[in-house]
Amino acid sequence: MSKTPKSMSTWRALNAALHDILADTPESFVLGEDITTWGTGGGIYGVTRKLADVYGKNRVMDTPISEEVLISAVTAAAARGTRPILEIMYSDFSFLGFDGIINQAAKSRYMFGGQFDVPLVIRTNGGSGIGKAAQHSQSLETLFAHIPGLEVVVPGTPGDAYGLLRHAVTTNNPTIFLEHKNQYYDKGLVDFEPLPFGQARIARVGTDVTIVATQQILARALVAAEILEADGISAEVIDPRTLFPFDMDTVYASVAKTRHLVVGHEAVRDYGWGAEFVAEVVENSWDKLDAAPVRLGAARTPIPYSEELEAAVIPTVDKIVAAVRRTLA
Amino acid sequence: MPDFDNEKQGITGLRLMAKIREFERRMPLLSEEGLIRGSTHPSVGMEAVAVGVSLALETGDAVASNHRGHAHTLAKGADFGRTMAEILGRADGYCGGKGGSMHIGVKEIGVLGTNGIVGAGIGIATGSALAAKVSGDGSVAVAYFGDGASNQGVLAEAFNLAAIWNLPVIFVLENNHYAQSASIEEMVAQPDFTKRGEAYGVKSVAVNGMDMRDVYLAAREAVDKARAGDGPTLIVADTYRYLGHMAGDTEIYRDADEVKQWHDKDPIAFLASNLIEAGALDDARWTAMQAELTSEVQAAEDFARKSPFPDVSTAFTDVYDKEEVSR
Repeated sequence: MSKTPKSMSTWRALNAALHDILADTPESFVLGEDITTWGTGGGIYGVTRKLADVYGKNRVMDTPISEEVLISAVTAAAARGTRPILEIMYSDFSFLGFDGIINQAAKSRYMFGGQFDVPLVIRTNGGSGIGKAAQHSQSLETLFAHIPGLEVVVPGTPGDAYGLLRHAVTTNNPTIFLEHKNQYYDKGLVDFEPLPFGQARIARVGTDVTIVATQQILARALVAAEILEADGISAEVIDPRTLFPFDMDTVYASVAKTRHLVVGHEAVRDYGWGAEFVAEVVENSWDKLDAAPVRLGAARTPIPYSEELEAAVIPTVDKIVAAVRRTLA
Repeated sequence: MPDFDNEKQGITGLRLMAKIREFERRMPLLSEEGLIRGSTHPSVGMEAVAVGVSLALETGDAVASNHRGHAHTLAKGADFGRTMAEILGRADGYCGGKGGSMHIGVKEIGVLGTNGIVGAGIGIATGSALAAKVSGDGSVAVAYFGDGASNQGVLAEAFNLAAIWNLPVIFVLENNHYAQSASIEEMVAQPDFTKRGEAYGVKSVAVNGMDMRDVYLAAREAVDKARAGDGPTLIVADTYRYLGHMAGDTEIYRDADEVKQWHDKDPIAFLASNLIEAGALDDARWTAMQAELTSEVQAAEDFARKSPFPDVSTAFTDVYDKEEVSR
């Protein structure tokens, strides 16, 4: 019984996904700090709204401020046959539970020889743009993508947010599901279908340059593409959607057509995941490139508070346009 | 107060303790022989805790262990041969040689792993208890950890979480008086660990960790309480490790007299003499039992030695559920 696609905001799409997950998956449960008691009863951004009313406090739990034990605990809960979905209020707070994520969740399957599934989802948000400053605005996707055993999801639209979260709950791997705090109120079409991992989306078709970008930078890349189009430059924009597994085939096919590559993200540029995509293309599709690829990412600074400072350290539309011109020059 | 049956818990427990001791006694020898890579942490002297707790558990219950976890695993019902094979990195080991001494998990008997991160098992057991609460499967979970791990922050969070949610978890603090080489006298200002549990609303009891009966009775009560939905218990077991922290430890941090004093309280000798005194055991039966279990452990060792090393291709499997993402 599929629902009619409709336009909705990201937070509502995520909320709809959680309602549908709890309805369809009896082993699933949702927990996190303030998820039923804050604001209008749905956590900081409303994503968990009314879940407890429908599914009760045994499946929707407000937790103490205890990231360390919660992340370890959901790892074991997953290994014992449930499908926990843990909300970490801001991805910055996940550092308090890194033993749970990296030493326990990511490694349990491997070090115990494949005996344990760890069907765990950690939902959290990253990114800048609303003045939350250095300890509430980091883009940590590269850190997670670096760890063997983790799946890393970076939805860039409400539709992807719904579909990828529905899929995340069905995988037997621990998934880090990174929402973007500045995109909760963005609207888009949601078709209410699960979306498999490892399938990039061509967000815009073009012929002269390939831009790979996620979340807020993806949105900016699409604006940049319109500006470039006015100048007769046709940009193809690719959203990887998941950083592990990642879909290089779509990128290779695009680069084979455009022969130019720009990769942009909000994570710090140095050692960022963009370098990985560039390296893959350089190693495997060197002959398809007509020019050196260009990486864009945040400056090597913490995220500052003041609005103009914050805007200055992450890639802007202008910087994306300039990067494209550089590789095409 | 639960019963302690001299045959059911007494003889069974004595035999299991002695068998685990025989197993652990071989660890330094195998290490010297170069058959064990990295480090291994035997728990000779501490058998009464693992065995006393395990006798109160069912197969469906879970245990989360630590780096010194062979006894916890074996007492929960792990096969001695497959456990030894894992320690030797062999294909027949429970984890196919990927885990080794510090990462032995046995899913079918609820062993959620020995663990290389001090204190991690506290959170893991809490999570198994959370799963039990959510799924209603009726299981309880045990976390084994040492006096050293009691200084990890996760303890505070887990105690609070377990207490507010009445989770079916039993925290077993094995106070063997040393965290690697650091003595509790130097590392803990309040040596009465039961106060830590009480401070968080976790019922806390102290037991003589060299007396299997004492451990069992406390564990039985804690398990019954947890299964009834009445929440967590902290059991603080005073015990001692006879050997060093790991094979090759010089033990410069403690003197021989201290070690000897604890040998005089040996949990195996203590239980055997109690059972003999009670008429449940005689010297002949005890001698026969010891010979039998020694040959069983020898068979386990032979099995492990003969087990092949894993195929190199397995180094690249089990990272993810589906191999296509394990590039």
